Amino acid sequence: MRTFAILGISCWSGFMLMALELLSGRILAPTFGSSIYVWGAIITVFMLALSFGYLIGGRLSMTSPHIRILCGLHFLSGLLLLPILAFETPVLDSIFDYTQDPRLGSLMASVILFFLPAMACGTVAPYAVRLLVEDHKAAGFYAGLQFFFSTAFSAAGTLLTSFYFVLIFEVNQILLLLMGMTLTMATAAFLISRQSSRGRTL
Amino acid sequence: MRTLGKYLTLGVIGLASLFPHSAAAELKTIHSEKSLYRNIFVTQDGNLRCLTFRRATEGTRQTCITLNDPQYLYFPYARMMMGSLYLNPNPKHILIIGLGGGTLPMAMRSLVPDATIDVVEIDPAVVKAARDYFSFKTDDKLKVHEEDGRVFVKKTMKGGPQFDLVMLDAFEDDYIPEHLLTQEFLTEVKSILLPGAVVAANTFSSSGLYPSESATYAAVFGKFYNLKAANRVIWAQNGALASAETLAVNAKVLAPALEKRGVEPGHLMSIMQDRQDWPDSARILTDQYSPSNLLNGRGKR
Repeated sequence: MRTFAILGISCWSGFMLMALELLSGRILAPTFGSSIYVWGAIITVFMLALSFGYLIGGRLSMTSPHIRILCGLHFLSGLLLLPILAFETPVLDSIFDYTQDPRLGSLMASVILFFLPAMACGTVAPYAVRLLVEDHKAAGFYAGLQFFFSTAFSAAGTLLTSFYFVLIFEVNQILLLLMGMTLTMATAAFLISRQSSRGRTL
Repeated sequence: MRTLGKYLTLGVIGLASLFPHSAAAELKTIHSEKSLYRNIFVTQDGNLRCLTFRRATEGTRQTCITLNDPQYLYFPYARMMMGSLYLNPNPKHILIIGLGGGTLPMAMRSLVPDATIDVVEIDPAVVKAARDYFSFKTDDKLKVHEEDGRVFVKKTMKGGPQFDLVMLDAFEDDYIPEHLLTQEFLTEVKSILLPGAVVAANTFSSSGLYPSESATYAAVFGKFYNLKAANRVIWAQNGALASAETLAVNAKVLAPALEKRGVEPGHLMSIMQDRQDWPDSARILTDQYSPSNLLNGRGKR
């Protein structure tokens, strides 16, 4: 059950990350257009945020690793979608007032709106690997398993969002959906882990 | 290194010769380029020179000119776009979003010589191809801005209303910049229009996008004129739409100048209509909901 919960979080974290990256293009386009600069800025910020997330997640896993902390990190990544929903328009408007250069503007907007949630997603991967690995000989196997599930679900998040979700829902509705699912997944995994640890002590 | 370069070049030439542009044997590709946004081809077939995107085949032609008569508007959509002068025959300040080969700005430059024209084109390579192969020329009154159309409009909004004709021609055969087809974008365009100013938009006549696109234009501009042939062109106006009688009068005045460019007198008036031919339930496209490309892919001819 524990492994199932860890992989479940890995899957949804990957899904949410790429769905968010895809939507971020839509969020910036009305203000900074959809030129190659805007996509360049978005991808740059997501990659940077992930890299720092990996670093932080890995560091966190060094001291008393526990699935509850993983649930907390995942919960946090969902919560961090809230500022996008709440402040997207005033943030974009004030950046546009400050600079109309799509390169600087979209870099600034991506950092402010997307850096933290993407970084929180990044913390999940190394932390999950740490929890999965019990014997260092199997470290590579579990790392591969975690990467497989999170990346495969990233692919699913990209495809479903770009082909289907945008055809049915508004951008903010999809963000709400992603947030709701993330909070639910984190809570469910937390409850599962509590139950299974109780089971073990009994 | 030099030898390696030579082999690589030979390899590329060899590969290229395996895939000749065999779609039409007489069609010569005189320029091809991979730009930041697309593949650009300039092809020539006798006197017909065309700009095509993506593939060097007929289906994706953006602009064509006839070299022996460069004033002639080869594509019906270009004639339909020029017909927007029927609503206001004497614009002073024109904005054109999407350059292509530059046919529309050059035709406007010669038809309305006193007007200042701003053209916005996102792809620098398209601007260069228009200059090099389609006699597109900028001057004091005709300027080209290399940037995203929406960003240009947003910047221009700070200066208030200033245009009396806006031509939207940024859609490709199979790609729509979705942020240029939303209620918010059209509202921004409307805010830079002087009272009575005209919007002419080149778009698609039959696809799953038609109802939503129509509903979106109607939401911002109210009633508009609709012209349908292979393409669809919308003529909308900021304020009350000019009556068909006014258009007929202007069409007569403009007929000699437009006829030289291939616009048959009376033709545009005969295909123009202002009745709603989409369901009331059509969903309006907004910045929040803009799956234009997905809709356009549905039920396309």
